[in-house]
Amino acid sequence: MELLQSKALPGKGSFSHGIHPPDNKSLSRDAAIEVVPTPKRVVLPLLQNIGVPSKPIVQPKQQVVAGETIGVGEAFISTNLHSPITGVVEKIGVCTLPNGRHLPAVYIKAEGEQLSGQALYEDVLGGHWPKDCPIIYHPSTISKAIHEAGIVGLGGAAFPTHVKVRPDDTKMIDTLMINGCECEPYLTNDYRVMLEAPGAIIAGALHGARTVSAREIIIGIEDNKPAAIDRLKKEAEGTVIKIAVLKTKYPQGSEKQLIKAVLGLEVPLGGLPSDVGVAMSNVGTMAAIARGVIREKPLTHRVITVTGRGVRNPKNLLVPIGLSMQDAIDYCGGLTKDAARIIAGGPMMGFAFSNLSMPVTKGTSGITILTHDDVRKEKETSCVRCGRCVDVCPMQLVPTKLAMASRHGNLSLAHQYNIMACFECGCCTYVCPAHIKLVQLIRMGKAMVVASRK
Amino acid sequence: MANMMNAKVDLTETNPGEGAAQALHVSPSPHIGSTSNSTRRMMIDVLIALTPAVAMAIYMFRAYALVHLGLCVATCLAAEYLFVRMRGKSISLNDFSAAVTGVILALSMPATAPWYASVIASAVAIGLGKIIFGGLGMNIFNPAMVGRAFVMISFAGAMGAAAYESGSGWVDAISQATPMNAFKQAGTLTPIGDMFLGLTNGSLGETSALACLLGGLYLCYRRTASWEIPAGMIATVLVIAGVVDLVGGHGGRLILHHLFGGALLFGAFFIATDPVSSPLTPRGKAIFGIGIGALVMLLRFLSGYPEGVMFAVLLMNAVTPLINRWTIPRTFGEY
Repeated sequence: MELLQSKALPGKGSFSHGIHPPDNKSLSRDAAIEVVPTPKRVVLPLLQNIGVPSKPIVQPKQQVVAGETIGVGEAFISTNLHSPITGVVEKIGVCTLPNGRHLPAVYIKAEGEQLSGQALYEDVLGGHWPKDCPIIYHPSTISKAIHEAGIVGLGGAAFPTHVKVRPDDTKMIDTLMINGCECEPYLTNDYRVMLEAPGAIIAGALHGARTVSAREIIIGIEDNKPAAIDRLKKEAEGTVIKIAVLKTKYPQGSEKQLIKAVLGLEVPLGGLPSDVGVAMSNVGTMAAIARGVIREKPLTHRVITVTGRGVRNPKNLLVPIGLSMQDAIDYCGGLTKDAARIIAGGPMMGFAFSNLSMPVTKGTSGITILTHDDVRKEKETSCVRCGRCVDVCPMQLVPTKLAMASRHGNLSLAHQYNIMACFECGCCTYVCPAHIKLVQLIRMGKAMVVASRK
Repeated sequence: MANMMNAKVDLTETNPGEGAAQALHVSPSPHIGSTSNSTRRMMIDVLIALTPAVAMAIYMFRAYALVHLGLCVATCLAAEYLFVRMRGKSISLNDFSAAVTGVILALSMPATAPWYASVIASAVAIGLGKIIFGGLGMNIFNPAMVGRAFVMISFAGAMGAAAYESGSGWVDAISQATPMNAFKQAGTLTPIGDMFLGLTNGSLGETSALACLLGGLYLCYRRTASWEIPAGMIATVLVIAGVVDLVGGHGGRLILHHLFGGALLFGAFFIATDPVSSPLTPRGKAIFGIGIGALVMLLRFLSGYPEGVMFAVLLMNAVTPLINRWTIPRTFGEY
């Protein structure tokens, strides 16, 4: 174990530009993870990764037990899907996700005895996580277990983990970087996992590193989470894992910015972390890997934060995938009178939705409920070309140019200014004094560019 | 479906009289924004920053200052109202940008300028300088400087360097030549202390270097003005004046003369920093500032105009789109 302070890092623990929004994490930071009672029904969309939908292998009225595979990912970028509860398949219907996609989904009604409460907590996060076992697994065994368990990146992008964490002769991986930044305001789910299940994270990291043959394992955590740094430091004692303390800044948890802050390397434009020898995954994903490999249990539950001033009792919850947003919010005391916006994820990059029957998916890191006071509702005025968006863009783009090019459908100008490099972190819109929805315009422009390539 | 019903019931209970549709809004991310930041706030910042210069103008030029300030602000607001209505757009007086243009324009007028010069300059500033391009954010040139250049050329006699002096005025300051003109015509250097405090003749707001510095530093602190522009401009003036000073053997006095005189600091902090007509990127802003500084010195030494800030700013405004094209930042990961 080695603790690397930001100054000692090649990337000085930070990246250029970015913003410092109020983090509002104190609403839920100190709330220990609670296990939500088994719901009456779960809805499991067949597409819960960034690639191809899983193929359902269950029929209506079929009995399933908790952990049983109900969908298989046959394509390369696809994942398996499992039932988090014991029950009966009601139907294979359609559901809508906060991002607006309508997807086929398996509806399962709970029936019979369920693993719940403390026993479920122990099964997912608790208990002993051996650190010495990676040596007994072959890299391909670990990779296969990750594939079987249907694990995707739990940070939000839901990229299938077995694609990232696998032995690959064509790409040399030096470093497995584990993302514990949680730079998105409000959310504290990763923080709680770091505090309550550091053993699972460390064990998962050791397995992951063995799979990709990484020489180095570095966990990056922002310096506003000293307790998490402490817990992981203790747990990583006697291992090769290094912990990098980073400066608190949004979007530190973006993979390219994190690699820059820790290693001082820039992922080439349009490239992937593997182009600079890095595999990156978040802390929650590591815990899921540990559970998948050591306990041979699939990804059926995850930790989410239900927070914001629009919910009565902000909490961190261990929930089954497929739980309805309504159930999660009800468990936290319901909405307050002035709740104005419900967001899947955090306020910077999350999706607002209004239909509470939508399910929690593998990629849902939390539900943020803002009040009328929190939500920005100023009217858009003209761009005064102040350049603040340029000053904060972590990709060093010129957001106002990109947005105006998108608005006017000028794709060649947008392309000249590297529109596809934008990862929609929202810094530009956050600071814009004219309240222009820069990110939304750029998103539109990106969609037009993608469409024009087809 | 049951869950959806619950959502509705919940919301109607907590928001009597309001349907669920009114209570929950969806909108693209990000859902939060910086609260200390708006175009209006930026304009108010400029007005706050201009207070020392306004106070100094009133102290030095008394009723002359009040008349020009009143005329310019009133005409700018009226012109904005009129021209925006003519374009059929919603009235934008409450963003304070027209008021800022008015104050800056008034502070750049000579005390002795006739009243109609202020009125015409203001109408031209808003009409030809701004609205004709499409209003706030669309103009290529600094509106106040467009208005001032218009009347300076139209009424050369009443607005030129010599017009600043008036023996018949009842304010002491206007009986002397401006420091820049005294140097240009007779080679006399005004005491630096007077120029720093502003106890000299000149355009209404330019005389006090101290007042401009106070307001300017506030603007830079608030990040309403980008520090790169005044820094580039002042540094360039210092370097060029330094060389000339050394060659002429002025012992450093010429440097301060150029720094504190001829609206240099007023221009550096309040005119050149107009975001609309200056470049977008930090590098572009520095180039812009350096360009203005160099042009100011060129005009001061080689042209008939003793101060040069106005034309320097207008000329650099014209190349701003070009600077923007030259200074597209290197995207993260672009090699």
